[in-house]
Amino acid sequence: MALLEASALHAAYGHTRVLHGLDFAIEKGSITALLGANGAGKTTTLRALCAMVKTEGEVSFGGVRIERKSTEDIVRLGVAHVPDGRGTFALLSTEENLRLGAYTRKDRSAVEADLERVYGYFPRLRERRRQQAGTLSGGEQQMLAISRALMLSPKLMLLDEPSFGLAPLLVRELFDILRTINQREQVSMLLVEQNAAMALELADSAYLLETGRVVLAGSASALKQNDSVRRAYLGY
Amino acid sequence: MDAFLHQVLAGLATGGIYASLALALVMIYQATHLVNFAQGEMAMFTTYIAWSLINAGMPYWLAFLLTVAFAFVFGILVERLVIRPVEDAPVLAVVVVFIALLVILNSLTGWIYTYTIKSFPSPFPQEPLFGIRYMSPHELGAIGITLVVLLALYGFFRFTPLGLAMRAAAQNPESSRLVGIRVGWMLALGWGLAAAIGAVAGMMVAPIVYLDPNMMGGILLYAFAAALVGGIDNPWGAVFGGFLVGVLENVLGAFVIGNELKLSVALVLIIGVLLVRPSGFFGRVHVTRV
Repeated sequence: MALLEASALHAAYGHTRVLHGLDFAIEKGSITALLGANGAGKTTTLRALCAMVKTEGEVSFGGVRIERKSTEDIVRLGVAHVPDGRGTFALLSTEENLRLGAYTRKDRSAVEADLERVYGYFPRLRERRRQQAGTLSGGEQQMLAISRALMLSPKLMLLDEPSFGLAPLLVRELFDILRTINQREQVSMLLVEQNAAMALELADSAYLLETGRVVLAGSASALKQNDSVRRAYLGY
Repeated sequence: MDAFLHQVLAGLATGGIYASLALALVMIYQATHLVNFAQGEMAMFTTYIAWSLINAGMPYWLAFLLTVAFAFVFGILVERLVIRPVEDAPVLAVVVVFIALLVILNSLTGWIYTYTIKSFPSPFPQEPLFGIRYMSPHELGAIGITLVVLLALYGFFRFTPLGLAMRAAAQNPESSRLVGIRVGWMLALGWGLAAAIGAVAGMMVAPIVYLDPNMMGGILLYAFAAALVGGIDNPWGAVFGGFLVGVLENVLGAFVIGNELKLSVALVLIIGVLLVRPSGFFGRVHVTRV
């Protein structure tokens, strides 16, 4: 059963239309990748799901229609967004950033346990827990953004270019952790990536966007075999 | 020497009041990047409410608490009903709204209570507290109240989830929404807190300057100076600036320039800081990449 379903999703910034009627679904427990060139509408799709841009069309999450809900209410349903640019609270400490991730939760003891679990995934964050988050390196801030999202104990994570600006070795490590989180905690993921090869390796299924439309959809392995995807996005 | 010490200590007492009001200004500035010119008049208006309650026979401290609660709700209402609709308006439009609020509150108070100067009671005893001769009991008490307010605020922002959420909402609204913080309400709450702090400042200063609709004009200027000296985006700076301005004002007024020119100390400080060090002592220097 699909956890999230979008149909005829349009989005616009002012008068500039960016998405022209997307249809896609995210299966429960799966990792879905959104691929596409710059300006294809990947980031906008994630923002549209969280009501951060003006949208038309239908989005249902866990059987509930969410396209009219506010960002804050969508978060409360269990959608955690790791935004483009990481969204660090630069003046707060690392730990305060993480606690904010659990702001909507009432189960105090589970939150403490989750904090420990997140530090288990990213021991670097534990070392820097008292440090001002703005002084963390780019990679550490990306770990922080993912951890902050995990602190919500989400059903679905929207990941916007988690590999952006990271060293290749770190990207691999990060993707391994994402896979672990997905498998161990049954968190579904919608992954936006420019690094199509890595994304297709991690994902179960994928959608290819071009100028605000889905031009190709299928399982990750099928897309990997597709000639045009190979030539345009995988480079071989 | 005795006279000098007395002036310094008295300066600390009024300085605490400037510090509170400066803190109220900084709180709203941090969240909105706007200086609320009506902060003083909101404090004045709520002080009149306290006066009404006390005159109706209510015990001082009960009236004090009720006034703080009223100010809190009043601040929230002002944000929701007056400021919210102009949220996305150009800066100057919002400044005009602030000034309108200032004029409206001033005239409304004058209309309800008349412009006759009224005395406002001090909750502290007449005879010296703890045998301290250098300060009047009210000055000492005002410092004490100021410190309690500052500590309570510090505890609130530092140690409670709601305080953390308010700080988060002020510095990164978009990320705040993404963790589920209702940013609009945090702003309103900030206005409520600022108004409550202002009400305390008003009730503490009213026994010194007497109650009249224009009582906060000068005090707001000192609070501006305090906030600027400390750095308009730094709460600790505002508190430091408040005490500094209070002492400077008193000492210079008593020994150097005379009482008539006291207010110009604030103006000189404002212009001086803006010319020499616009970020104040502790403010962040804003660097923009072009």
